[in-house]
Amino acid sequence: MADYMLEIKNLTRRFKIGGMILGKSILAVDDVSISLPKDKTWIMSVVGESGSGKTTLARMILKLLEPSSGKIFIDGIPLSYYSKKDHRKEFYKKVQPIFQNPFSTFSMRKTVDTYLYETALNLDIARTRDEATEHIRDILHSVGLEFEQVTGKYPNQFSGGELQRISIARALITKPALIIADEPVAMIDASLRMNIVNLFKKLRNEFNVNFVYVTHDLSTAYYVSDFIATMYRGNLIEFGPAKELLSRPSHPYTELLLDSIPKVGVKWDREIILPDIETKEYSAKGCKFAARCQYAKDVCHKNSPPVTTLEEGHKILCFKYCGYKI
Amino acid sequence: MKNWNLQLKIGVFILAIFLIFGVILPLFYTGNPIEWGKFPKNLKPSSAHIFGTTNLGQDTFWVLLKSIQNSFFIGLLVAFFATLIGVLLGMLSGFRGGILDRVITLIMDTFIVIPSLPILILLAGLLKGRASVLSISLVLIIFNWPWPARQVRAMALTLRERDFIDTALFSGESTFKIITREIFPFVTSWSLANFINTILVAIRTESGLAVIGMSSNEQATLGTMIYWAIQHQAMMAGRWWWIGSPVVAITLIFISLFLILSGSQQYSALRRGK
Amino acid sequence: MMRLNNLSARYNILTGYVNAVDNVSFEVMDNEIFGIAGESGCGKSTLLKVMYDLVSYPLEISDGSVEIGGKDSSGKAVILKTGEIKKSWWRNISYIPQGAMHVMNPVTKVDTQFYDAISKQNCNFNKKALRQEIINYLHELELPASVISAYPHQLSGGMKQRVIIALATFLNPGIVLADEPTTALDVVVQRGILTMLSRVQRKMKNSMVIVSHDMGVHYQITNRLGIMYAGQMIEIGPTEEIFSTPRHPYTQMLINALPRIGDLNQKEGIPGTPPSLKNPPPGCRFAARCPKATDLCRVKQPEVFQINDRHQASCHLLYDL
Repeated sequence: MADYMLEIKNLTRRFKIGGMILGKSILAVDDVSISLPKDKTWIMSVVGESGSGKTTLARMILKLLEPSSGKIFIDGIPLSYYSKKDHRKEFYKKVQPIFQNPFSTFSMRKTVDTYLYETALNLDIARTRDEATEHIRDILHSVGLEFEQVTGKYPNQFSGGELQRISIARALITKPALIIADEPVAMIDASLRMNIVNLFKKLRNEFNVNFVYVTHDLSTAYYVSDFIATMYRGNLIEFGPAKELLSRPSHPYTELLLDSIPKVGVKWDREIILPDIETKEYSAKGCKFAARCQYAKDVCHKNSPPVTTLEEGHKILCFKYCGYKI
Repeated sequence: MKNWNLQLKIGVFILAIFLIFGVILPLFYTGNPIEWGKFPKNLKPSSAHIFGTTNLGQDTFWVLLKSIQNSFFIGLLVAFFATLIGVLLGMLSGFRGGILDRVITLIMDTFIVIPSLPILILLAGLLKGRASVLSISLVLIIFNWPWPARQVRAMALTLRERDFIDTALFSGESTFKIITREIFPFVTSWSLANFINTILVAIRTESGLAVIGMSSNEQATLGTMIYWAIQHQAMMAGRWWWIGSPVVAITLIFISLFLILSGSQQYSALRRGK
Repeated sequence: MMRLNNLSARYNILTGYVNAVDNVSFEVMDNEIFGIAGESGCGKSTLLKVMYDLVSYPLEISDGSVEIGGKDSSGKAVILKTGEIKKSWWRNISYIPQGAMHVMNPVTKVDTQFYDAISKQNCNFNKKALRQEIINYLHELELPASVISAYPHQLSGGMKQRVIIALATFLNPGIVLADEPTTALDVVVQRGILTMLSRVQRKMKNSMVIVSHDMGVHYQITNRLGIMYAGQMIEIGPTEEIFSTPRHPYTQMLINALPRIGDLNQKEGIPGTPPSLKNPPPGCRFAARCPKATDLCRVKQPEVFQINDRHQASCHLLYDL
C-alpha cells in the first residue's frame, strides 16, 4: 500500500516559445515535489498568478500534458501505467476534471445529460440507462440540483453557476479518488462563489474525494483548503497545511497575494510592482520573485533560493527564512 | 423555404429541373438511347424528336437526358465518397495528431501536389477508351478526397483544444465517438460546401477527359456527347442541337450548383442574425 | 459629467422584449469614480452600452435619455445626447468592453493600434512625436517601453488590459466607461489595474464608471456606487455609506456574501436566481429572494426613498422607519 495519495516528484515541464531558431525555452513547471497523505481526505489549493504554472501542473496530473521530466504517482501507481490503452478507463474512473469555463466544458450542440449518461455508461457505473438515471439523479441532488431541472436541456439554458454544478456532478459519477478543479469559480460572480466552494467541502466529507483546487483567489482557498501550495513562475515557493501558511510568517509572495484581495474594510495602501513580460521573468537569474519583492537583498538576485522547512510539512523557497545565506 | 434568398431559389429550381429531366424522365424511356443507327441521321427538331437526331442516328433529346443522368451519377458518387473519406481522415488526422497525422498528411499532400489530369489521361490512355464509369469515378475519388481532408483537419486541430473535448475524453468516449459526436457537428456546413463543390469538380473533370476522348466513350455522359459531336464535325455542320445542348446543360448545372452553394452560405448567415 | 433620465432600454427579440434596463436615473459627477454593481444578467453591461451610445438592433432605447457633458472641436463645453455621443468616441467618452484584451487585433503591433484609434479623431499627426508621447504615457502606466512594438500575444493578460486602458485614456476623455475591467485576471494583477485606473482618474480629474460584480473591487476604488438588480437601480449612494449602512436587503446580502480572510464563519451566497426580464413580476423584483419580503412587496413596486441627499434606495421597508 502506498503512503501517499498523490505524490509529485521533481516534476518539470518545458515549453518552447517563439520561432525555431530564435525561440526561447521556458520552464513552466520547475522541479516541483509535493506529497499528500492517504489517511484523511484533503483539499489542496494550488495558488498563483496567471503564468505561475499551476494550470500546467494540473494538466499534467490529468494526463492532458506530458511532463518533460519527473513523475506523478496516484495511490502509489505511476501515471505512466495509465498510458496503456487498457488501463485508460481505470484512470478516468480515478481522476476527473472540472474546468474554468462551464460554457466551454460542454458542447453547445449536445444536451448536458448526454455527458452524464455517457460517463455513467462508458465508465461502468451503470449497465443500463435506467440504472444510470438513478445514479445521476442522486449525484445531481448532492450538488443541489434536481434531475428534472437538468434533463433534456442544452448548456445555454443554464446559468454559469448551475452549469458548473452539473460539471461537478459529472466528475463525481465515478466516485473518483481525485478531482482536479482548474479555476472553477473564476467565471462565477463573486457573490455566488462561496456556494460552489462550500460544495467542495461537503463532497470531500460525504464522497471521500480529494480535491486539487487551482486558483488565484486566496480567500476562497483559505476557506476550503487543508493544504496550500503557492507557485510563482514555475517554482513551488511555499507548501504546507493551510492554517500554518496563513497564520505564520510566509513567503513574501503569499503575503502579496493575501494583501491584494479586495477586502471590504481595508483599503490598499502600498503600491505594488506588476509582473514584467513573461519571458524576461522566466529567464531571470536568482529568485524569480526578487524583482518585485520588498525584502529582496543582493543574494536573492544572484542565486536560486534553497528549500527551507519551517515546521511540520511547511516548506518555503526563500532566502529570508534561511538568513540570506546560500 | 420562406427565408431562402433569390440565389438559392434559382439554384434549386434549375437543379430540380435537371434532376427531373436527368433522373426521372429516363426511367420512362424503353430501350437504349445511345444505340447507334436507330433513327435517320441529322433530322431537324420535330414533334417526334424534340432536339432532332444526331449523326449517329440517336435521338438527341434522349441521349442528352441519359448523359445528364450518368454525369450526375458520376458527380454524386465521387462527391459522396471523396467527402466521406476526406472528412473522416481529416478529422482523425487532426484530432489524433502524432505519427498518424504525419502519415495521413503526407498522403494528402502528395495527392494534392500531383496534378490529376495527366495521371487521368495516362490511365485513360492505357485503358484505350474502354474505361467504365466506375473506374473513372474511382480515380476521381482518389484525387478529390485530400481537399476536404485538409480543411477539416485544420478545423479539427483547433477544436481539439477546446475544453469539451477533454470532457468527452474523461467521460470515457472513444476516439471514433469523439470525432463523430463532438467534432463533426462543427464541420458539417463545411462538408456540405465541399460536397457540392466536388460534384462540380467531378463532372467538370470527367467532361474534360471525355471531350479529348479519354473517358469511357461507350457510355453517355455530357462529356462524351460533346466528344462524339466534335468527332462528327457537328460545329462545322451547324448541328447546334447536338453539340449545343450538352454544353448548355453543363453550364446550367454548374451555375445552379454554384448558386446553391453561395445561396446557402447567405442563408445560414441570415439565420445567425447578420 | 453624465446624466441618465428615466432611461429604459430593451432587446427586441422574436418572441417579445427583454427589458434589460428599467427606468434608471442617476448622475455621474465630474472627478469621481462611479461604480455599478450587481449579479450577472442584471443589465449593467447593457446600461453601459446605452450610456456609450452603442445602441443597435436588437438593442433599443424605449424611454428616457442620456446626456453627457463634453467639449466640441473648438474646446467649447457642450451637452451631447444619444446619437451625438457616437461622434465623440475616444475624445469625450471612451469605453472598455468586457474582455477587451481578448479582442485586440492579433496581427498589428501595439503602436499601430494606437495610430488606428487616434487617426479617427485627428487626421494629421506626426507619427514620430506621437510615438514618443505614447511611450511616455505607457511609462506612466508602468508598462515597459518594449510593449509598444509588441504583438498582443506576446503580452500577458494584465499587460493587455493596461494597454487597453492606455488606449482608452490617451486622448483624455471626460468620461471613461469600463465593463468588468479585471474579470479573469488574478488578484495581484487586478489590484495593479485598479490602482492604475484610480491613479489615472486622480490625474485627469475625469469621470469613470466601473461595472463589476465584485463588491470588493467597488470598495477599493469607487467614490459612489449604484446597485442594480433585474434591470433596476435599487440603491445609489457614497461607497463608504453603502458599505457601512446598506439599506436595501439585496445590498446587504451582496456585502455579506464576500469571504473575508480571518473570518471562518460559514459564508453563504445568495440563494435563488433573478427573475426573467421578459415578464418581470408585478411587485418588487427582489421579493422572491428577499428574507424580509412582505405581501406589499410582492404586489407593488417600491418608489425611490431618499435616505439623505446623497443616498437613495427603492424598498418598501424604508418607509416604515
